[in-house]
Amino acid sequence: MAARIPLVLLACGSFNPITHQHMRLFELARDHLHQTGRFHVIGGILSPVSDGYGKQGLVLAKHRVAMARLALQSSDWVSVDEWESQQPDWTETVVTMRYHYDRILKRYREGTGKDSGPTANPQPPTSSSPRLKLLCGADFLDSFKVPGLWLDHHVEEVAGRFGLVCVSRGGLDPERAVHESDTLSRHRHNIFLVREWVRNETSATEVRRALRRGLSVKYLLPDSVIEYIHQHDLYTRDSELKYKDALLRPLAKQTEIPVLSLSD
Amino acid sequence: MEPQGRTKVVLLACGSFNPITNIHLRMFELARDYLEDTGQYIVVKGIISAVGDGYKKKGLIEASHRVEMAKLAIDTSDWIKVDTWESQQPEWVETAKVIRHHYKELVSEELNIDEVDTVKYTKRRKIEETDSTSEGLFSYPKMRDNVPQLKLLCGADVLESFSVPNLWKPEDIAEIVGRYGLVCITRTGCDAHRFIHQSDVLWKHRKNIHVVREWVTNEISATHVRRALRRGQTVRYLLPDAVLSYIQQHGLYSAESEQKNAEVILAPLQRYTGPSSSS
Repeated sequence: MAARIPLVLLACGSFNPITHQHMRLFELARDHLHQTGRFHVIGGILSPVSDGYGKQGLVLAKHRVAMARLALQSSDWVSVDEWESQQPDWTETVVTMRYHYDRILKRYREGTGKDSGPTANPQPPTSSSPRLKLLCGADFLDSFKVPGLWLDHHVEEVAGRFGLVCVSRGGLDPERAVHESDTLSRHRHNIFLVREWVRNETSATEVRRALRRGLSVKYLLPDSVIEYIHQHDLYTRDSELKYKDALLRPLAKQTEIPVLSLSD
Repeated sequence: MEPQGRTKVVLLACGSFNPITNIHLRMFELARDYLEDTGQYIVVKGIISAVGDGYKKKGLIEASHRVEMAKLAIDTSDWIKVDTWESQQPEWVETAKVIRHHYKELVSEELNIDEVDTVKYTKRRKIEETDSTSEGLFSYPKMRDNVPQLKLLCGADVLESFSVPNLWKPEDIAEIVGRYGLVCITRTGCDAHRFIHQSDVLWKHRKNIHVVREWVTNEISATHVRRALRRGQTVRYLLPDAVLSYIQQHGLYSAESEQKNAEVILAPLQRYTGPSSSS
């Protein structure tokens, strides 16, 4: 039997704020991948989106990063990376993946001593080199269908070159989302669907709603995060109105690109 | 609204807590928010009371472990406490009697606060004599205005269980909803109201039943947690990390532990059915 392939999970999102459910996605995905017998999950990266995303109610990236750090203090394998959150504009998910994959491969090569000399050549990864997969909730697969949100070749690269680990919850039907997309079904061997049997729909939206109404959110997210929110008075009626009528940055940005591509 | 004009409430949750999960803890938070939002109540305390081993439910591990896990879980709460009285009783105790016990505790706590020490002692003795010596737990405690109201906190499944034959004594249901009151957390809303509608005794005391809607769908059941644990699957973030460490340290939930009481009839069903039923 072949050695297990090392694998890193990357979760991109608003994390506005991070909840127990976000962290549970990592745990469920790792369990599932280990049970396939093919992979060894060596790390998890949580990458909060930058302020340029323009989503309604999105609080400053520095706060979202700080909360994620507090929440993940108790995890020995998932960490927060702020590169994406520090970009002035919204970054396409595929670009964030390329950035992290380069870093992972570089560290791997340094670690194994391979390719460190002048003979190094930018070879495609060998079968034992680490992989990077995008960790997402089932609703994420549905976002591929939203017109103007994704570029086709980006979906192709995310699903084909990297791969997806998708944790389903509640009534969502990830198999259907894969079936209904030609790109996704072509790469279905690279899409891992993980079933969460506990219906657990703690959404950050519900958490923000409760917070601005002065209701308890204890046990939905770590105490340290709740304390941070209260200290910085983060989620209020005013903060929820931020970017209220703004066009989501991907929708604005992607529509610019087809125009540019006419010239090349 | 003036806080002093509000009625003090203590919430009591009875159950297996096998093991305690974040959802059990959430129920307390939701109930407190709801009651205080009415403007009529101020919730002063929450009590977790784990059932004794005599309950004989399948997969029920020792009370000492269940209590210890509950204590670890409420460590970060400044208003929820764990009480061991019920869990230490050799036989299963009816919920109505557990409520009576806690109401009597509240009465004596109130006296402790109100009276000077010397007076307190004699007064307390007197209360204990009149309230409990005659028939002990079988007596109804006298309801007092200066003592917080005690309400039973439960999920909609408890309302539903009231209609399961031989699980509850009808007079116990009447006592619980009539004298004390229920706070029922439910995911769908309609179910709880239907159970109330379909039961004459619940309908009669409907004003004493607070139905709290849980908007975040969340079905972390202890059954699910035990299943995942014995299959070696992750339960992280479904219960506090401290509880999870305790479970792992003591190797608590396994295929063997799930077989405990497998062929045994649940204590209430044993007590209320069959020829041996005497009480």
